[in-house]
Amino acid sequence: MSLALDMPKRPTRALRFPRRLSGEYLLLLALVVFVGVLSVVPLARLAWSALMPHGVFDAERIADILGGRRVLEATLNTVKISVASTMLATIAGTAAALLVSLTDMRYRTAWVFGFVLPLMIPPQVTALAWIQAFSPASPVLGPLGLTLPPGTPHPLYSMGGIVFLLGLYNAPLVFLSVRASLQRLPASLIEAARSNGAGAGAVTRDIVLPLIRSGIFAGAALAFVSSIGNFGIQAMLGIPARVSTLITMIYRRLNSYGPSALSDMALLALLLAALTVMGMGLTAWLGRQGDQRVDAAQRPPRMALGRWRMAVSGAAWLYLVICLLLPLSALFGTALVRGYGQPLNAETITFENFANALFHHEGIRAAFLTSLWITLVTVAVLIPVAVALGYVLSWRKGRVAKLLRLASELAYALPGIIIGVAMILFFLRPLPGIGTSLYGTVWVILAAYLSNYLALALRPILGGYAQIDRGLDEAAQLAGAGIFSRLKDIVLPALAPSATAAAILVFMTAINEIQTSVLLVSSRAQTIGPTIIFLEEAGSSTLAAAVGCLMVVLVLVLMGLSLVFGRRLPEGVLPWRD
Amino acid sequence: MSDIRIDAIDKSFGDTAVLREVSLHIASGEFVAILGPSGCGKTTLLRCLAGFETLDGGRIEIGGELVSAPRHHVPPERRNIGVVFQNYALWPHMSVAQNVAYGLKVAGLAKKQRAERVARVLEVVELGALADRRPADLSGGQRQRVALARCLAMESRAVLLDEPLANLDVHLRGALEEEFAAFHKRSGATMFYITHDQSEALALADRVAVMDKGRILQFDRPEALFARPANETVAGFIGEGRVLEAEDIRPLGNGRAAASLLGQKVELRCAPGEGPRSRASISIHPGDLHLVSDDATANADAGGIAANVTRATYRGAYLRADVMAGPQGSVPLSINIPAPASVSQGQRVTLSLRDGWVIPQTVHSAAASSLPSSACL
Repeated sequence: MSLALDMPKRPTRALRFPRRLSGEYLLLLALVVFVGVLSVVPLARLAWSALMPHGVFDAERIADILGGRRVLEATLNTVKISVASTMLATIAGTAAALLVSLTDMRYRTAWVFGFVLPLMIPPQVTALAWIQAFSPASPVLGPLGLTLPPGTPHPLYSMGGIVFLLGLYNAPLVFLSVRASLQRLPASLIEAARSNGAGAGAVTRDIVLPLIRSGIFAGAALAFVSSIGNFGIQAMLGIPARVSTLITMIYRRLNSYGPSALSDMALLALLLAALTVMGMGLTAWLGRQGDQRVDAAQRPPRMALGRWRMAVSGAAWLYLVICLLLPLSALFGTALVRGYGQPLNAETITFENFANALFHHEGIRAAFLTSLWITLVTVAVLIPVAVALGYVLSWRKGRVAKLLRLASELAYALPGIIIGVAMILFFLRPLPGIGTSLYGTVWVILAAYLSNYLALALRPILGGYAQIDRGLDEAAQLAGAGIFSRLKDIVLPALAPSATAAAILVFMTAINEIQTSVLLVSSRAQTIGPTIIFLEEAGSSTLAAAVGCLMVVLVLVLMGLSLVFGRRLPEGVLPWRD
Repeated sequence: MSDIRIDAIDKSFGDTAVLREVSLHIASGEFVAILGPSGCGKTTLLRCLAGFETLDGGRIEIGGELVSAPRHHVPPERRNIGVVFQNYALWPHMSVAQNVAYGLKVAGLAKKQRAERVARVLEVVELGALADRRPADLSGGQRQRVALARCLAMESRAVLLDEPLANLDVHLRGALEEEFAAFHKRSGATMFYITHDQSEALALADRVAVMDKGRILQFDRPEALFARPANETVAGFIGEGRVLEAEDIRPLGNGRAAASLLGQKVELRCAPGEGPRSRASISIHPGDLHLVSDDATANADAGGIAANVTRATYRGAYLRADVMAGPQGSVPLSINIPAPASVSQGQRVTLSLRDGWVIPQTVHSAAASSLPSSACL
């Protein structure tokens, strides 16, 4: 007797879209529209304005602008700074990753947290903290009498200073990439070399480094992209030092000339984009054919440092003291005195700046609230979009999926300020339906965030997809579930940890963000990130320091909360967790 | 329950042709196994049938409904086909009952009916007591039954199984093979079973399709594959078969033929329409050879095949001897010798052939019969 015969007929499905418009078509269409409107079209508008502002391709004008002495100088500075700081970041990050992954260094977990922390602190705050490291209020250098006497040029207001800070700032990026490679390195390869008589140094030089080469260069590519587009540090140090770079040039000219300089600045933005892509291409070429064994087996055995253990651990911690404690303590020191330049002692200490920043300064509070809600909306929109986009990129093939992947990667690689210029160009004219321009409103900033952070949200989520068995989705498909049911019932529960990590990353990056919004803020729409620069430029160093301190505290609280509540998150999605 | 008609389907990935003119007609309620080495295209065939891949050519009909053709593709969620994945693909965040009920829920079945049907299906696979467990808390065999129950609850028109036993140890395999057979008997479902293990395929299936390099070489009953392989590849693949060259084939009628093999006169089985041929490939198995004498010289005139033992391996119930046979001692053969007898390396022996099959002469038997050959005999 067949079991099926005594069962009711298979029910007809309730409420269906017509076949052509069903599920996947709708989803794909929505994604194409989202990515198209927020990434592809603005960037195309940028290229169009840059190359043919009046509808014709004018080679003479392009040569004129790009050949100008100032532009050449800025381009050269940009290349020098990005290359040098990338090398610094690569060396520091690789050394840190080797130390953490391969040795029995002391207090490793805490050290990793400290090493990755600079990446999460907004760059303009880092720059401000370092500038004040040499001020009399510095609790570290002040008592030692090492502060700068008034009138001497600040050592960081120089190209070397910019390279140094960018190198420190981006070292964690290389660290994360190299550490991920090291964790995939099969232990047997190292053990085989040791049983062949190779010592720790020889193993590192001959076995480990060649095998993680592609990880090193992948990290270097990230560091390069981050350096070339880092507005906070380049502006805070470069503008007073008169070291002009492409990014500060775009910012200053747009500030002085307004939208009339837009098409020329679009050309510079395009040049910046070209340099970025070239740098990424070069690092990809250098890192090619890196032997990457994907092997989720046990981690490589830790090598005992032996009698060097104390010395190496001490040196590593000293690095953190210099890179974190020195600048941050100075930042707090400055925030705690009434006027810049006062030494910090029992008589000068005051909480006035914090009180002002938190309660009395209307502009700061408004900027913070604006940043908060734009960031929350960005997270709320981007996480579902990234989950859906990740589905298409991971499990669907075809031309549309490939184009979506290319577009999202492009948006990831391009510096935020390019998105900023593109957004101004795109939204300057009145919108067809509404009749008013969005330029100067928060909506442009929101659009720029959505465009800029899609790729950031996508990365942990793609990592999450790689760990899900695709059969789970296919089984649900066979059970008759459409794409939206599957995303909700099957994919999302499995992907929840990665989606949470993506939300945390986007929130922390966007809340203090500067590079995208610095061009887009106006008197009507202010975000908290650029506020520090404006306060510093206006001479309110102590108030700027207080705002910077509050940002650092916010970042630390968020990181701490993510560690406390993030125990169930998969390994490797929270960069600051070892 | 529905029959499946696969007509001359083609599928390529880039420049690689994965399926070439594959045709299979599967009767409703039949248990069919697709047997082939890894990379032969059998999983692609399953994915085409389930609707995860589109076709480049040909057509697939299920129960008379066209589901796949180059410009026509019914998506998997509307095919009503069940798949038991190699790792079962149970949703880890749902209980056993929720896993089984999910398809019904999506289909909009009322809660009460849903619960009734889930309970009944879980009874069929004897998992009623474990309805609230999570997949992680089940044994391998129980997980497999949940996967089957999931197909059963949806009243799938056919159940496709993708190497469901490949990851399991030998002891579990035997038990699960029995499960499949019992499930098929109870549910009457059309089953389409992908495997690279011929003992599974031959033991379970009503008919087996042998696949290689994207083509179906032969689609037939298990005993026919063994006794009457349609070509040399099948002959060599099934049951440790060996293909030898024979000469001077003369049909004797009644499906038998006389031939000359390794210098000896032998009588073989052949297809009814077979004509006289000067040369032919013949298929034999280790069990077709017997040890006439462990001394080659003594019986040289008695008409046995002289051979030289190159290796003897102890296999428990029998001794496996690899020998070089024939007038020049250049043809490698294997023979199973029952326990008491013993041979050793270098020994000269005499063998006799009890059975063999003349492989029919075909122009590359790609268009192998999709009907059981027993029907033609």
